[in-house]
Order: sequence, then structure tokens, then C-alpha cells
Amino acid sequence: MKRYYSVLLLAAVIVIIQVLTLITGKAYLLTQLTMSAYYIVVAVGLCMVMGYAGQISLGQAGFFAIGGYTTAFLTTIDFSGKAETGLYRMLDTPGLLITKETLYGDTIIHLTPWISLLAAVLIAAVTAYALGIPILKLKGHYLAMATMGFGIIIYRIVLGSRIFGEADGISNVPSFPVFPGISVSGDFTSRISNYYIAWLLVILGMLLLINLINSRVGRALRSLHGSEEASDAMGVDTSRYKVIVFVIGAVFAAVAGFFMTHYNGGIGPSEAGVAKSVRYVAIVAVGGMANLWGSLIMGLVLNFLSLRGVFGHFDDAVFGIILVFMMMFIPDGFIHTDVIHDIKEMLRPLSMRKKKLKKKQEVSND
Amino acid sequence: MTKPLNTFNSLLQIQKLDKFFGGLHAVNSVSFDVKPGIIKAVIGPNGAGKTTLFNMIAGYYTPGGGQVFFKDILLTGMQPFQVAGKGVFRTFQNLKLSHRLSVMNNILLGRHTRGQAGFLAGMLALKKSRREEKEAEEAVLPILEWLNLLELKDTEVGNLSFGNQRAVELARALAADPAMLLLDEPAAGLNMHETEELAQRIQEIRDQGRTILLVEHDMSLVMEISDEIVVLNFGQKIAEGKPKEIQDNEEVIRIYLGGDDA
Amino acid sequence: MSGEQTLQYIFAGITVGSIYAFVAIGYNIIYNATGIINFAQGEFVMLGGMIAYTFSGFMPLLPAVVLAVLITSAVGSVIESVFIRRMRKTSVLGMIVVTIGISILLREAALYIWDEQIRALRFFTGSEISSVSILGARISPQVLWILGITTIIVAGLFLFFKFTLTGQAMRACSENLRAAKLCGIRTDSMVNLSFMLSAGIGALGGCVVSPLTQTHYAMGTDLAIKGFIVAILGGLGNAIAAVAAGLLLGLIESFSISILPMAYKDVISIIILLIILVVKPSGIFGSRQASSMKDY
Repeated sequence: MKRYYSVLLLAAVIVIIQVLTLITGKAYLLTQLTMSAYYIVVAVGLCMVMGYAGQISLGQAGFFAIGGYTTAFLTTIDFSGKAETGLYRMLDTPGLLITKETLYGDTIIHLTPWISLLAAVLIAAVTAYALGIPILKLKGHYLAMATMGFGIIIYRIVLGSRIFGEADGISNVPSFPVFPGISVSGDFTSRISNYYIAWLLVILGMLLLINLINSRVGRALRSLHGSEEASDAMGVDTSRYKVIVFVIGAVFAAVAGFFMTHYNGGIGPSEAGVAKSVRYVAIVAVGGMANLWGSLIMGLVLNFLSLRGVFGHFDDAVFGIILVFMMMFIPDGFIHTDVIHDIKEMLRPLSMRKKKLKKKQEVSND
Repeated sequence: MTKPLNTFNSLLQIQKLDKFFGGLHAVNSVSFDVKPGIIKAVIGPNGAGKTTLFNMIAGYYTPGGGQVFFKDILLTGMQPFQVAGKGVFRTFQNLKLSHRLSVMNNILLGRHTRGQAGFLAGMLALKKSRREEKEAEEAVLPILEWLNLLELKDTEVGNLSFGNQRAVELARALAADPAMLLLDEPAAGLNMHETEELAQRIQEIRDQGRTILLVEHDMSLVMEISDEIVVLNFGQKIAEGKPKEIQDNEEVIRIYLGGDDA
Repeated sequence: MSGEQTLQYIFAGITVGSIYAFVAIGYNIIYNATGIINFAQGEFVMLGGMIAYTFSGFMPLLPAVVLAVLITSAVGSVIESVFIRRMRKTSVLGMIVVTIGISILLREAALYIWDEQIRALRFFTGSEISSVSILGARISPQVLWILGITTIIVAGLFLFFKFTLTGQAMRACSENLRAAKLCGIRTDSMVNLSFMLSAGIGALGGCVVSPLTQTHYAMGTDLAIKGFIVAILGGLGNAIAAVAAGLLLGLIESFSISILPMAYKDVISIIILLIILVVKPSGIFGSRQASSMKDY
């Protein structure tokens, strides 16, 4: 149970922030907080791949785009006027089509996003699996280039294909009705519920990953980072584990891309760009690599500031500086160990802290 | 494919293993058996092919020829993790530990083959997964205690002394509850006191009914604890027998005294 | 496809192929000295083109190009001494992250100093419309310049590594850094020199192709991956293999345009990269020795 305290704390902070924005009349901040949450989902997934399992991926934006473009493409197909086709009947009978009226009074019939969510996850997982089997045999620079190559392929495809809207991307993506009456959409009136949906997704992702880290498999992944040979010797099927963790990272990114696309009502090719992939790597690096909470906190801070336009013209440069200086001076990241432990340590009376410190020194002298 | 010769008398059978590195015949048709419940040592001068032999048994190298059987199972052609899955576990001469993980977590890795919970069970923290974790922790506690690591169990391995790191490496392999233990130069880098302690421990491990194959440089350690010894030189087996026999073997003496004049 | 058209494609392929070769040679030099793949390699090409363009506004072309090469070399040297030298003990992962960070900083600096406009250096001889006729195909004289300078660089590097003391010292570093140090070679300055050299060669490449392919502040990322493909194709070893691989990739891309939409030409070359990485990481022209590098 102890491992979930930090998650409870997170939930509390999420509520407090929402209340604060309400009181101070700054509810407009919720938009950036919501978007940051989706980017955090990508970051924590990458944290698992890169920080814990030690496999660099410079292609996370590609998976994000797979999620986003899959749903954008599928849910913007208009079925109105095609009621006689077999496909229509096949989809309509189990209730997979949604009928909507546009601002101009036209009727649009589109696929329910639940199906495109399924498709997004499947496509991302299968792609990651098929890609991961060969390329995760590579290490270091080779793996970095290969994943970056994958990212560029996705970028070029969405940029160069008419069906993905080329440079304009796909817009007019319908909202996603998650619960009855509550939809993921950029609708001004549902800002608060969208904020909570996004952060619920973060919490869900965190729970899954925290569990994973503390399990048999998680330990095997972390050992793989320490020494692949040793994990092999202890019976870990290292190549399979690397592929599966890569798939998990890809699915996290695709789910985030899916939600973000419905939230924004569209997606453009810049989401697939290498620069975005590099950002995710920067966030994980600055968060301390093997540190989910670090990725979460730095993901929130950096994305929020970036989305608010605080960095202005230097938006990308900030991420460059972070990459260089973090690795040079603080390779372990700002945020060390788990937050709860740090807070407890701070609250502990000084005398007790000294005692513990002394004990620690004895241990290291041993 | 050759069938194992005498299933009942030996646990591990090495049959005519060969390995070439470029033009070098690193291991040249080496055969020997390891009977269950004994300590068998492989010795020989530097470059004799000891570690290469080890790596072939454990699945890290593919032999150029020959086979390794464990019980009745052909190990040759298996990946290292599959060899481990059969109950054969190894340690490394130059320690392979996760320095950023705690002692406990390093040792728990040894329990990997004893568990079943996969990714999904882990992510959802299913009961099975949690129960396994608890059982694993309980299983390694006696090992930690035996190797005097209990106090250090939450310390990061990178902060340990070299001697203790060696102990963690051994503990990790023991945590797997191995039928057969391959120890690659377990005394390398240890001082005299630590080496003596290690000798004691290795014998205790054997007395628990485990079979041990070790590669070692420290001759006095080998002579003290081994039940049987194989001597390699330039990739070839030149002698095999009890420590006393090896000590009296003229060819072995010649190699170790290193004299053309002997 | 007519014969003349084929020739046009070939010359177009040579042009882009050469620029890839310049990047790949840069990778090779730094990789040999340090074991690092410098993700900022494409930015050197961009800097060379940009700086030369600026200087060419108020001086003849030759001094502008020379200045561009010298300044970019200095940038390479600064990068090595300020960042890379302090990072010697870092993991490969850390090194990748840092050179990516540097590439972003160079790109953003370029955006700040110049802007996002596409620039082109003026033609070394003649102009946009002048052409020479080779085997019936009309090509820009700049293509000849590119070929000539590529040849000079490859020959120069060969002579440098073979016959000069410094070149031999650099090679010693690449074979065994510690042994080189023990022999009294100042390995720090050799590593620094490798950054200067590869930055300078990148810059020169950036200048010579700028009239044809143009220069843009964000061109580095694409060049980085293309150059890497070429370096891998060539087996991350010698300059001649890099040039051969560069021309091969250039030709493949050039001809792919005739059958596939332009946007997919990168897709094809990256798929080639993935296939080679997986099937034969030592490269088509590479030695087996280079494949031991898989660890990086």
C-alpha cells in the first residue's frame, strides 16, 4: 500500500490546483495543464523504456502521431449518405456510429472514437513490436539513430500523404464521449472535466508503471539496464523484455496522442517531428532517468511553461540547454529518489537525521 | 548427436567442446564429466581456455563443435537465459551487478526463474504477482544472513566494498536455488581472509547438495576445496583427477613451474 | 526514361550524395578518435553555408568560404573543449543526449543570428543558368566543383593520416586511446583536432553545395541521419568508402523521386538504414572490425 501514497498525494495536488485556478479566476490555465498531462503520459512511458530498461528511443513522437492520426483519420470519415453500404450497416448495427449536427445544420455520421482508440493502440503496439524485434538488438548510438529514423519515417509519411492532410494535418476531429455526458474535447464549457480526464489518465498510467517497477518483471528490466549479461545469466529473456517494454512505451505515447487529438480537435505533422521526440528525452533526462516522478514533475513544469509561451523564441533552445547541462552537471536529475521519502526526511527532527547519517557513513566505511 | 554416456553418474557432461577464435584454437576437444554434489575446478595458465569453456557451457559462446549435457538436456545451442532456466547459474569474474539498485534488489533478480508473473500481472499488481514478490523476499533472507549482507540489504550496490560486492554476486546466483553453480574466478580480488571465508562458503554450498564447477587462479584455494580438478593448457585437457593426483602430475608441475628446463 | 534524363538524375544524385559524404566523413573522424557519434554533425554543414553566405555579401567568394571553414572549425573546437571533454566518463546514453542538445543549441543559435529564410551562396563559377554539357546532359558547373572538392578532401585526408605525424598520432588514438597516451601523444589535443577537422570539412561541404541545395537553419537533422546512413553503409571507417556510400545513397534517392512522390525519398533511405543496421551493421563497404562497434 505504501507505494501508492505518492499517487494519493498527486491526486490531492491535482484537485488543489484546479480549485486554486477557480478561486484566482485563472481557469484558462487548465488548458495548458490538460495538454501537459497528455505529454506527461508520453514522458512516463519513455521513462520506463529509457530510464529503467536503458533503451534510448528518439521516436516517441512517432508513436504519439500514430495514436493521433489513427483516430483523426478514422473519426473524420463521414458516413452520411452512405447508409446503403454494407460497411455502414456493419458498423451501425452494434451502435458504433455517432450522428452529429454541425454548426451549419449538416448531419455528420462518424465512427465512435472507442473503435479508433482500439485501432490506435493496436497499430502502435504492432508497429513497436515489429520494429522492436530487430532494432532493440542494437545498442547506444545505433539504437538512437534507428529510433530517430523511425520517427522521421512517420513524420515524412504524415507530411507527404494527402489522406493525412499533408502540412495542414487533420482538423475537425469530433469529441470523444468517455462517460455519458462527459467528452474529451476542446469545448470551452467542459474545461474542468477535461482537466480531470487528462490527469486521471496520468494517474492510471503512473499506477500501472509503479506496479510494474515493483514487480518481478520491473526488477528484471532495471537489472537489464545495469548489466544485460547478468540478467541473461539469471534467466531473464532480455531481448523479449526489451521489446515488450518498448511496446508499452509506444502504447502510452499512442494513447496520449489519441486523447490530445480529440482534445485539440485535430493534429498536425509537428507532433510527429524529431524535435518533439527530443523533448520527451529531455524531460526524462532532467527528471533523473530512472525516476517516474521526476519525469512527471519535469514534464509538467517544462510543458506547462513551454505551452504558456514563457520561453518565447527560445522554446527549443531551452530544451537543448537542459539536455546539455543536465548531462554535464547533474546526470542523476534534479529529482532524486521518491518524493514522499524526501518529504518525510525533511520533516524528521534534525537529531534523528544526524543519527541516520552517521549510520550511513558507517555502512559505507565498511 | 551423441547421447549422454552415463546418465546416472554425472550431472554435467562436456563432450569434445571446440572453439576457434580466428586462427586460435582456444578450446580443443575438451571432454569431462561433473558428478552431482561435488566441487570440480578447472585450472590452467592464462589463456588456457578456461573462461571460454565456461562461456560455452553457459550459452554465451556457440561452440565450434561438441556438446554440453545437463542431466539429459542438451544445453548446447541454448541462449544463456535458457541455460539458467534449466537450473545452471553462473557468477562473473568481473562482477556484473546493477550498481544503482539495492543489495536486496540485486539478489532478488536471482529469483527470476522461480517466478511466473509477467508484464500484465506486474502492471495490475495481481495477487499472484504480489504473493510471488513476498515469497521471493522471504526466500532470499536466509542467504543474506548467511553472507552477512542483511544489514546492507537496502544499500546501493555501488556503495559496497569489493568483498561485499563479490558476496552479492554469489548471493544472487544462490537465490536462484541452482542445481549447478558455475563460479568464474570467485576469489579474484579478495584478500587472504576473504578468500578463506569464501573457501568455507563454497564447501558449505556443496554440502547443501549443490554441484559446483569453478574456474580459479588461486591454487591453494583450488587444492583445498576441490573434489576433482581438470587442468587445461593451450585449450587442451592435459590432466584430470583428485587434487593429490594433480599435485603429483609431472606435466602439470612442468606447466606451473613454467620451466623448459624442468 | 531517356538517356539524357538518366544522366540528369545521376548528377542530381551525385550532388546530394556528396553532401551526405561530407557529413559521413565528419562522423568517421570524430568516431575514430572518440567512439562518439556526434549528432551535431549536420549543423556544421549548415553553419558553413550560413557563415559563408554572410561574408560573401561584402567580400569575394574565396575568402568568405575560407573564413566560414575556419570559424566553423573553431566552433567545433569550442564544443569539444567546453562540453565533450568534461563528459569522458559518461555513459553512451549521456553522450547521445549531450550531442543532441548541442545540435539543438547550434540550430537555435543559427535561427537567432540569421532567420528562417532559405539562403543560397552564389555559384562558384557562372550563375544559375550557366551549364556545361557532359555526355549530352546539361549540368551546372557547380556539380564539377562539388566533385573536385570531394576528391581533394578524400585525397587530403588520406595523405594527412598516412604521412603526417599528427595524422598518425590521431590514428593511434583511434586504435587505443590509453596506449596512445602512454606513448606520449597528447590525446586531448588529438580529440580536439578531430572535432575541428570534422567541423571544417562539414563547413566546406556546406559551402560548396549551398548554391544548388540551399542552406536553412533547420537542415541539420535530416543531414545528420542521412550522413549516418552513409557512414554505416560505408562501415564507419575510411573516407573513400564514405564517398562511395554517399554517392550510392544520393543516386538511390535521386532515382526514387522518379517513381515515388518526393516526400517519400527520406522514407526509402531510412528503411535502407534500418535494414543495414539489422542485417549487416558493419556496412556494405565496411570491415568486420567495425561491427564490434555495435556496442556504441
